[in-house]
Amino acid sequence: MSEAKVDRRDFLSSGGRFLLLTSAAAAAYEHVLAGAPEKAPNYKTTEHWWAMTIDIDRCIGCGNCVRACKTENDVPIESSFFRTWVERYHVEGTEMERPEVDSPNGGYDGFREKYKAGEGSKDFFVPKLCNHCAHSPCVQVCPVGATFVSPDGVVMVDKAYCLGCRYCVLACPYGCRFIDPRTETVDKCSLCYHRITKGLTTACCETCPTGARKLGDLKNPNDPIHEFLKNHKVHVLKPQMATGAKVFYHALDGSVR
Amino acid sequence: MRHLIKDKEHLFRMAALFVAGIFMFVILRAVMVPKGFGTLGHYRPGALEDNAKKTPVFAGKPACLECHTDMVEKQKGSKHAAINCEACHGAQGVHATDPEKKPIRPDPKAVCLVCHTANVAKPKGFPQIDPKTHMEGGPCNECHAPHHPEKGPEKPAVQEAKK
Repeated sequence: MSEAKVDRRDFLSSGGRFLLLTSAAAAAYEHVLAGAPEKAPNYKTTEHWWAMTIDIDRCIGCGNCVRACKTENDVPIESSFFRTWVERYHVEGTEMERPEVDSPNGGYDGFREKYKAGEGSKDFFVPKLCNHCAHSPCVQVCPVGATFVSPDGVVMVDKAYCLGCRYCVLACPYGCRFIDPRTETVDKCSLCYHRITKGLTTACCETCPTGARKLGDLKNPNDPIHEFLKNHKVHVLKPQMATGAKVFYHALDGSVR
Repeated sequence: MRHLIKDKEHLFRMAALFVAGIFMFVILRAVMVPKGFGTLGHYRPGALEDNAKKTPVFAGKPACLECHTDMVEKQKGSKHAAINCEACHGAQGVHATDPEKKPIRPDPKAVCLVCHTANVAKPKGFPQIDPKTHMEGGPCNECHAPHHPEKGPEKPAVQEAKK
């Protein structure tokens, strides 16, 4: 029986070659597996800085935005999960510090009449969503970099990387985050990133019948948002938190928290 | 000095352990840190694509108007002109990609009441009605054209047939 003689030199060189080739093949295979993600052709992240304007004087509390958001973004239908929701404020006389606030099912089913006209109270709706803060507390506390401000100004969640530790849920001063019970990862408004990168507006703005909510690109000089900000007195929620919130409210009452 | 070199075996073992440890760290780091992490900031740049790759459920008004070209004219000059189609007709992304899949016609009563039911919290100038007193059970489009409410009913034939 003739046995192939393999000495140490042959073994090491062929083994070395084998190792090199497998690692190269593995790298190539990984590339194939990853596939080419669907890219928006003319979208450059550095050319945008997204914001939103909300005109309280126009909000009719119909709940279109809440329903559209849940449909568009596959948000759990249960009444404790919202990426956007609408609150109703009832302020009596000078009771600025103690407004009565309710949001039945986040405004998903609209609002039933609860108060009477002409009783000296002030009633209005306040739609809420992630404020897409430029200096967001939720981003600062994430231990793994699963939430971040994108180059185009959207506070985003990396669902593949989120641990579900809930730090960001606690850190958000606006209560805009929740844990998705199906994935045990955090979820929040993504400003319909899959829409805005394709040139569409967000689902909430698309379905708002009165134009109370409007998406705007602060880096685009022709965007009507500049005209709106120039001609309206606007305010952000909790400015004392210095979060750099980018959801600008017109006609925001001081009682809104 | 000499006796230190003489008993050097344990030092080599320690050094070998350190080298192995560093090697392991480098390997694990290369495997576990996602590609491109840190290039744009303290996050995985691939997450941007992950968030962007979903297909929109709402098609958007421009997509609707590609086929329904008459709607601009129909809504012209109306208070409803600025309202996007899907605010009343619901998400039509499926219909926009496959026109064969026909959407359900919105209920002419329920769809109007979503916005026009009276509520104290609504802005004062907004047209609101109390469904109990304003209409006698009939659907709104018997008197108001949904696409142009300032005009009369869109299909007068429907109204006449009922009389």
